[in-house]
This record gives sequence, C-alpha cells and structure tokens, in this order.
Amino acid sequence: MRLADGRLVPDLRIDAGVVARCRELGERITAPVLEFVERHTTVSIERSVLRLFGFHGASSGGVPFANLIVDELHARGLVGRGAAWWLGWALRQGARDPLQVAERIAALPRHPPPLPPAEDEALRTELRREARAAAAELRARVEARDALKAELGVGPLPHKYLIVASGNIHDDVEQGRAAAQAGADVVAVIRSTAQSLLDYVPHGATTEGYGGTYATQENFRIMREALDAESRKLGRYVHLTNYSSGLCMSEIAIAAAWERLDMLLNDAMYGILFRDINMKRTLCDQHFSRRICAFAGIAINTGEDNYITTADADEAAHTVIASHFVNESFAHRAGLPDRLIGLGHSFEIDPAREDTIARELAQALLVRTLFPGAPIKYMPPTKHKQGDIFFSHVYDAMSDVVAWLTGQHIQLLGMMTEAMHNPFLMDRYEALKTASYVYRAWRSLGGDLQLRPGGVVERRAAETLSRAVGLLEEVAEEGLFQAIGKARFGDVARAEDGGKGLEGVVPRGEDYFNPFLEILEGAV
Amino acid sequence: MTGAGGAGLVRPYGDRRDDGVVQLSFVLPVPAGERAREAALRLVRAMGLEGAEVAAMERAAEGYTFFVVYGRTGAAVDWDAVQVPEVVVRKRSFDELNAAVLSQLGRRIVVLGACTGSDAHAVGIDAIMNMKGYAGDYGLERYPAFDARNLGAQVENARLARACLEAGADAVLVSQVVTQRDVHKDNARALVEELERLGARSRTLALLGGPRIDHALALALGFDAGFGPGTRPSDVANFIAAAVLRRAGKEPR
Repeated sequence: MRLADGRLVPDLRIDAGVVARCRELGERITAPVLEFVERHTTVSIERSVLRLFGFHGASSGGVPFANLIVDELHARGLVGRGAAWWLGWALRQGARDPLQVAERIAALPRHPPPLPPAEDEALRTELRREARAAAAELRARVEARDALKAELGVGPLPHKYLIVASGNIHDDVEQGRAAAQAGADVVAVIRSTAQSLLDYVPHGATTEGYGGTYATQENFRIMREALDAESRKLGRYVHLTNYSSGLCMSEIAIAAAWERLDMLLNDAMYGILFRDINMKRTLCDQHFSRRICAFAGIAINTGEDNYITTADADEAAHTVIASHFVNESFAHRAGLPDRLIGLGHSFEIDPAREDTIARELAQALLVRTLFPGAPIKYMPPTKHKQGDIFFSHVYDAMSDVVAWLTGQHIQLLGMMTEAMHNPFLMDRYEALKTASYVYRAWRSLGGDLQLRPGGVVERRAAETLSRAVGLLEEVAEEGLFQAIGKARFGDVARAEDGGKGLEGVVPRGEDYFNPFLEILEGAV
Repeated sequence: MTGAGGAGLVRPYGDRRDDGVVQLSFVLPVPAGERAREAALRLVRAMGLEGAEVAAMERAAEGYTFFVVYGRTGAAVDWDAVQVPEVVVRKRSFDELNAAVLSQLGRRIVVLGACTGSDAHAVGIDAIMNMKGYAGDYGLERYPAFDARNLGAQVENARLARACLEAGADAVLVSQVVTQRDVHKDNARALVEELERLGARSRTLALLGGPRIDHALALALGFDAGFGPGTRPSDVANFIAAAVLRRAGKEPR
C-alpha cells in the first residue's frame, strides 16, 4: 500500500466487508451518545465559552474568572441557559470587566426575572457578534501557526515525538530545544500528576510541578514561543502537544488553540476508564473539545495504548481496534477530518513471549490499513520496562523497526530509562539517534516485503479484526454506557452515574444559548 | 579470595577479577571538543577513577555533550561486612498458601491496596492485586485465601486508613510510582501516621511497593516491608500470609 506521503508499506489483505461493518457499528454506538450530548452542557463547556470570550485571567485569589462566574450560575441552577447568555445579561447591567461580570452574577437572585423578548433577542444578537469577532481572532492565530509551518516545512514521517517532564517549564524549554536540535519533530510537555481531576485550569507558569507542569495557557505560550524560535533556527517546524483531558478538556483545548499548539492528547473514553471521571461528563466535554480542535486544526491523539497497559496487550488487541472505530466516529461527529484523527496504539506485548514481533507487526499494520488517512500514533513499550537500560534500549529499537515497516505517522520514542526516572537529556539523544538509524537503514525494504498469504501476520490481523467486530456488535447492542460498565475496554468497569464530575452535567434549557457552538458547528 | 563464597574485598569485574572497571554515561552542559573531553576526564578522575578513557563524545544539542567513559576504581567493599535487611519468606505454592491460610486461620485475609496521594499510576498496584497478575503470576484477587480490594489510584491517605479500619484489614498495600522530590516518602509516612491516629496500625500490616522502593527504605518509613522492581504477586502474597499466620500464633517465627 502506498501512503499519501509516498511511503510504501506491505499490503495487508483484510475483509472489506468486515471493515465497513466496523464503521457502521461505530456510528451506531456513538449516535445515542450524541443525542445525549446535544441535550446537555457542562460547567466546563460553559467555562470554555467564557474563555472564548477572552476570560483567560484569574482573580487576585488565583481562581479563574471562568470558574467564579460559572460556579455562581451553577449554584442558582442557571447553567442550562448558557454562560454566554448570562454574560450578555451582566454586560447589559453595566459590567465592564471580568471581575464586574463575576460580581453582577454573584448578586443574582435565586429566580431572576426574564427579559422582555425584544431585549432577549438584542442580547443574543450582540453576543453572536462578539463571538464572531472572538472566533475570527482565534482563527487568525491558528493561521499564523499554519503559515509558519508552511514556510519552514516539517520533517519526514514518522514524526519523532519526544517527552519533556521536568516539572519546571523553563527546564522543559531547555530540554525541548535540545530534543528539537537532536531531531525531534514533536515535543510533548507532560502534565502534573492529577491535573485531570482539577475542575479548573490553573493559572500561570509552573516552576515546581509533580510529574510534570500544569497545562496552563502561560506554560503553552512559553513553550510555543521557544519552539518557534528553535524551528526558525533549524529551518524545520517543531510541533508542540499537551493534554486535553480530564475535567477541563475543552478549556485546555481553547488555551492550546489560542497559543498555537499543533496536537492534543484527547480521547473519548480515557478519562472515564483511567481517571474515573463520570462518563456523561467526559462524553459531553470530549465533543466540545473536539469541535474546538476541528476549528483550530489541532490533531487529536487518542489513548487506546493505555488499554494494553492494564489489560494484556496480546489478548486485548481487538479492544484497541474496536475503540479506534468508536473514537473515529466521535471525532467525525465533532467535525474532525481524518487528517486530524491521530489514533493511538502501541508496542506492548510481553517480550518474554515468542513471536511477539509478528503479532506487533500485524497489529500496527492493521491500524495503518484500517485508517489510511489518519495521522496514527505509535507508542513504545512501557509496561514491561524494567531497570536494565541496555535491554530496554534494544527493546525500544524493535518498536522503531515495527513503526517504520508499518508506515506510522507519529512515533513516540521509547526511553531506555522508562520506569526509572524522567528522561535525561542523553536518553532522548540516544532514542533519536537510534530511530534515525532504523529509519535510514530500513529505508526501502518495507515496501519490498510481501506478507505470505495465510501466514502468521495475516492470520493474526484477521483474528484481531474479527474479534473487534464482535466486540463492536456487543457494544452496539448494549449501548456504550453499559459496555463500559461491563469493562469491555481496558479491563476497567465504570458505572453510568459513578466517577467524578457528574454534578457538573446540566440539561440544556429550551432557551440554551451558546454562540460559539453555533459557529463551531457551522464551520464544518 | 573474594566473592560471595568467602571473606574479603570485592571490586567491579570487567573481564578480570579485581580490574575494577566501570562504565559511565553522562551529559556535560558544554560544547563538544577537546576541552570538553578533558573536562570529562577530569570529572571522572575526581570521582576516583583511574585510567579513564572517553569512549564516545557526541554533540547531543547546542551546548550539550554526551559522553561514555570507562575507568577503573580502586575502591572495594568488604563483602562480609555488608548486612541488608531482606524480605525472607518460605514460599508456598498458590494451592499450598490457600490451604494453609484457610485451615489454620479459618478465614480470609483482608487486604486493601491503593496508589495513594496524588499518584495516578496504578500500574504497580494493579500488577500485584488484579486477578490476572503479572508475568504469569496470579494477582491477590485470584487467591481464595485473600479478600483483596484494589481501591485504585489517587486515594487519599486519610480515606485509605479509614477504609482499613472499617474493613478490619489485615494488610494494606501501597504503591508509589511518582518519586519526584521525594513525594513518595512523605506520602508513605502520612499513611502510617493516619493508621496510628486511628489506632489501626497494630493490626494492619503496612506494605510499600514501587520502582524506587526497597525493604530498608520501607522499614525506615515505618512500614513492615518494602517491595521493589521485579516483585511478583506471589512474593507479596507469601509475605502477608506468613506474617498474618505468625501474628495469629499459627506459624513459627
């Protein structure tokens, strides 16, 4: 098969009828969820709306204005009309800045009297105009990013994706620049432990984070500015990515779009399974965050690789594929085109077993073949990593080979010191040097190789696809909420009304107003 | 004579006894060049290595140079003087363990497991607790002898201690993966303090595990045992079973 960028990968014969069935089932699974999403909003979505109107700041106490305002609305049961409407109301009361808006909202009675229809209509018209102006400003920033990318050009595929995780954004800048100089195409800034469970986005630069830095607008700005400078110096555009996940998915997506990030980790189900965030909350938030990504041309990276760090990678391979079809359908429904859907998968089969490379190859090639237009992302081994860094380095190199042979779009490079400590500068250097060697050495061989019909790779891929369609049939039958309740994905079970953040899910009123949603939906 | 068999001093073994050869890799924040090479040599000499040789010097980034250096150390350790506490337990098979506990104790052993504080990395606790286990070794949930409950990640210490009290836990298993700025140590101590505050410490064995944990560290933090990388669920199962039986007077010390 020839990929869009010209690379050749071995042909994998798969049953087109089964693939079509998988896509059909993906659509059937997501349809009822979308009906739910379209009848609800969340506190985080409404905070996002305020952020889109420019409410990026925080009060002197450090609480973001967006939270101050939405908390007051939520306490009064007024979120169902939409924060934009109440913003318009506060402006008509004479509020001139975010603090004054917060004060007006805080002074609202329990049951505020309705506005006369003409005034209500005028309010909406005015806010729609404001929203169009704000969206145009955001669009201009995105276009500036794309212009720089076009001017400098990007590196060849697979894009080499490296992690920085020092906990201090200024050290992260140093390490990100060093990685870029050594050949990194994508720099991912790891987020502070447990940010997913914060129901607000912290404010300002992080200099002492645990396990990473907070995803904040200021951290995004600092890193993107440094990478812009480095990209110009290298004559090659270096991408930046972070995490749009947890209880503030869409707010982070806005900060990222505004600060010109290129990609975001964003999964429809990850927060539910691995952070025990309520499923209704996550499924609403993921939709709005993906609408923003679609508007801002941000490629999402999904998190199926995580399933096989909890479940057995070989036994659960089909759950990854099934989830890809679900994630793809959710992404399409949020307006994301294939070129922005970076489905994630990984090289995680226990290296103590036999014949693991054939099975890893089958899986990686299956993903490539099923999603030919997607910037699929391949993750290195982590689960079976231990302290022998020499073995670990060879183990990573094996995943480089599979990534190359199967035409991956983005490859996260493994660290020989995985499971030991944050990557050292030299760990990234060694990983980049080795990946470059593998890509160079295997240059044209992949396209020359043919898989033996009926051989181990073809049979393994067919088995996985057939189990994936079986799982999708079951999930379509019982519904996604119930399927997650039965631990169909990642060996993790979650209840429909369990987990964190359900109290922040609110039915949209008949008078719900969200002028940005109108723009985002119209942009597709 | 040296080595595990007899008394005496031991040194690193490269390709001959007592040659003392070690290999180091590191980055210096200077540009590559002869000056950088000399700086690397002086550094390792200052560490006490002799006959140092720079095997590789490469530009890792602007102003950063990667080195691989070999040298010989004159240092040695007295093997006989090295005494380290280790978790030593006679290992029973899966069936033996279940039979011993159920017949001698007459009830299941209650074990709670969690990844505590802000630590979100459940990989370790899952490997030990989950039915499936790790590397072909069954997890605690699979043992009929254990009532094993995995509370997952990001469990507050106060909540975990309370859960131990309420469940009448015989053992609590804590996994700590994130170790930045010693957050794991503070977190681990906090659980022991909570258990003491609730008066549950004496009846609940406290076990600590994680990639940067060892038995000595766990003891120092007030735990009963520590388990580092490479630990199998059966190691933990056997430690708990033996300790609980011992407390019940069913197993000799």
